[in-house]
Amino acid sequence: MKSKKTSYPYLLWMLIFTIIPIGMVLYYAFTDETGSFTLNNFVNASDYSEVFLYSLLIALISTVICLVLAYPLAYRISRCSEKNQRLIIMLLMVPMWMNFLLRIYSWVLILQNYGPLDMILSAVGIDATLIGNSGAVIVGMVYEFLPFMILPLHTVMSKIDSSLIEAAQDLGGNSLYVLRKVIFPLSVPGIISGITMVFVPTASTFLVAQYLGGTQFMIGDVIERVFQSDHNTGSAIALVLMVVILGFLVFMNKFGDEEAVSV
Amino acid sequence: MLEKNAIVSLKNLHFSYENEVVLNGIDLDIYDKEFITLLGPSGCGKTTTLRTIAGFIDPDEGDVLFDNERINGLAPHKRSVNTVFQKYALFPHLNVYDNIAFGLKIKKLPKKEIDEKVKKMLAVVDLKGYEHRRIANLSGGQQQRVAIARALVCDPKVVLLDEPLGALDLKLRKDMQIELKQIQQKTQKTFVYVTHDQEEALTMSDRVAVMNNGVIAQIGTPADIYNEPANAFVADFIGEANIFNGIMLEDCKVSILGKEIECVDTGFGNNKPIDVVIRPEDVEVVPESEAQFVGVVQDAIFKGVHYEMSVMVGNCQWLIHSTVCQEVGKKIGMKVAPFNIHIMNKLFPTPNNEFDVEVYYSDKDENTTTILLEGREVTIPDTYYEEGTKLHISLPPDGLHITGENSGELDEVYIESVIWKGEHNEIILESDERKWLMQSDQDEQVSTYVPICFDFSKATITVDEVAKDEE
Repeated sequence: MKSKKTSYPYLLWMLIFTIIPIGMVLYYAFTDETGSFTLNNFVNASDYSEVFLYSLLIALISTVICLVLAYPLAYRISRCSEKNQRLIIMLLMVPMWMNFLLRIYSWVLILQNYGPLDMILSAVGIDATLIGNSGAVIVGMVYEFLPFMILPLHTVMSKIDSSLIEAAQDLGGNSLYVLRKVIFPLSVPGIISGITMVFVPTASTFLVAQYLGGTQFMIGDVIERVFQSDHNTGSAIALVLMVVILGFLVFMNKFGDEEAVSV
Repeated sequence: MLEKNAIVSLKNLHFSYENEVVLNGIDLDIYDKEFITLLGPSGCGKTTTLRTIAGFIDPDEGDVLFDNERINGLAPHKRSVNTVFQKYALFPHLNVYDNIAFGLKIKKLPKKEIDEKVKKMLAVVDLKGYEHRRIANLSGGQQQRVAIARALVCDPKVVLLDEPLGALDLKLRKDMQIELKQIQQKTQKTFVYVTHDQEEALTMSDRVAVMNNGVIAQIGTPADIYNEPANAFVADFIGEANIFNGIMLEDCKVSILGKEIECVDTGFGNNKPIDVVIRPEDVEVVPESEAQFVGVVQDAIFKGVHYEMSVMVGNCQWLIHSTVCQEVGKKIGMKVAPFNIHIMNKLFPTPNNEFDVEVYYSDKDENTTTILLEGREVTIPDTYYEEGTKLHISLPPDGLHITGENSGELDEVYIESVIWKGEHNEIILESDERKWLMQSDQDEQVSTYVPICFDFSKATITVDEVAKDEE
C-alpha cells in the first residue's frame, strides 16, 4: 500500500528516538553494573520517595493554579473577534520566545532577598522570604507552563458555537448556569489536554526547583544528579516516574470519555 | 379572529454594527397568537430585528415593548420568549430528552412534571421514542423538531424562529411548513418567523412584514402583499411580476410602453413617472384586434399548472402565465384588466440623479473640470467652468456604470436594490452621502459593494444661477 510507505521514516524515527531509549532505560533499571538482573535499583530508588511525592504535589498544585487562571482567560479570548484572538494568543506566546533558563533566572531576580518584590513588601510591613521555598517553585512552574494550559483550552472553546451559548441563555440560563451546563461540559477535552500538558512536564522538570526551591529538589533534579554517578538507580527512578505518568494519562483519558458521555 | 392586542411592540428601532446601519427605524406591532413573518433579502435586518426581541442585541435607539412594558436591556434569560435558531443550536453533549428538558430544569420544575411536559412535546413534534438518541445521530428534520420542541416546552408567549427550515431539502421544507403552521395553531402561541423565502412566508403567515435595508417596506396579510404591493421592491420580491416604467397621465389613465391604458388608481397627480406592476397571471392572451400590446413569444416553459412564457413587446420583455401554450415565434395580443394594473410610486424620487457641486479645479487647455465628490476628485472631460463655479448636474440612470476593482470614481458603493424593468435592470445604489439610480443590462447582487464610474457626456450640467447672483 502506498500510504504505508510514507510512514516508514517516522517509524524509523520512533524506533531510534523512542523505542530504543525506553528499552535502554528498562535494561539499566533492572541490571547492576555488571549487567546481571537485579531489583536492587528500585530499593535504592525508594530512598527518594519523599522527593517523588513532593514533586507530584508541586505538579498538582501548579496544574490546578494554571487551570484556574487559564480557564476564564481562555473563555474570554475565545469570545473575541478572530483578529484579536490571534493577537492575544501571539502575545501570550511572546515570553516563550525567550530562553527557559533566562525566564527562571528573572524570577530569581524578582523574588530574591532585597529584590524588587521583597523591597516593596518590606515597605508595606510584610517581611517574608520569597525565594527558596515551595511557593517560589510553584510560581516558577505556573509562569513556565501557563501557556500550555491556555492554548488547548482556547482551541476547544473557540470551537464552541456561540449560538449554543445564546440558546442556553434564551432558555433561561443565567451566566453561571450556562457556564456549568454548556461551556464546561463542552470544554472538557480542552481541560484534559491542558492538565496533561501542564502536569506531565511540571512533575518531571528540573532546574526550576534548583533555582527557586533552595534545598528542596524535585524528582527531575534528583534523576539528573543520580544519573551522573549511577545509571542504574537513575533509570529506575525515571522508570517509576514514567509509569506514574502513564497511569495518570490513562486515568485522565478515561475520565474525559466518561465526562463527555455522562453530563 | 385574532385578538388585536400587541404582545410585542417595536418602536423606531435603530441599530448599527461596525458603522453599517442595520436597522433604520423599525416600527412593528406583533399581535398575540399570530403567525407573523419577517421577510426580506439577506442583509435586510430581519434577523437583527428578531435578535432585539430575543435580547441578544440592544437597539441603539428605540424601544422594545413586551406586554406594554419596556424591556430594552433586559437579559435574554429573563425574557418570556424562546428562539429556534438557524442551525438549531442543539446541545451536542445532551440527548434529545435533556435538550428539550433544558429550559424546564432551569425553572426547577418537579421531575415528574418535566417528564410529562417533555413526553407531551415529543408527541407534538412527532418524535416519540427518540428520548435517548444523541443529537449527532438525528437527521436535519429531526434536529429541527427537537429545536422547536425545546423552545415550545418552556411555554413562552412568543416563539422566535430564525430561518429554521433553511438547511432542509425542498420536500422536507414543504412538509415542515405545514407542520409548523399546525403546531402554531395547536399551541396558540405567537410565532415570529424570519425567512428570505417568499413562498414560505405566504404559505404560513397570518401577516408578512417585507423588509429591505433596515426598514419595513410593507406589512399586511399574504394576500394584501401579493395583490397590492406597496412598491416595486415588494412586487419584485413577492412572487413574479412584470415591472415597467410608466407615466401617470391623469387619474385612471397610465402610459406604459407608449400606450395609453386604463387603470383604477387615482391620486398620483398628472404626468408623473411611476412604476407599473402587472402579475404574469393577470395578462390575458387575446386576438390582436382586441389587444393592448402585441408581442412575439420568445420561449415557453411548462410549470405544471401553467405555462410560463416570455413575450417580447418591442424591446421589452413580458412574463406571462397561461394554461394555454403559445407557439414560440408566434405573434400574440395581450390585454390587462384595469384593476390588475398596479401603480406605485417610484423607489427613486427623481428620474435622473440630481446633485449640486462646486468646481474644485479646472484646466482650460485640457478643457476639463474637476469636482469633489464625497472626498474624491472626479474629472469631467470636455467641459470647462471656472474654479469655484457652482454647478447642478443631472445625470441620467445610464450615465453611470459598475466598473472593475480600483478603477471606480466612487468605491464601495452599496447595491440597495436591483429590479428588472423589462428592458434593463434598474439599480439603486447607496454611496456615503447619497443614493444613485443606475440602469444596467447586467444582473447585480444586492447587498454587495461595487465601485462605480460616471459618464458625464450623458449628463446635463447647468450653472447654478442663484448661487452666481449671490456672489
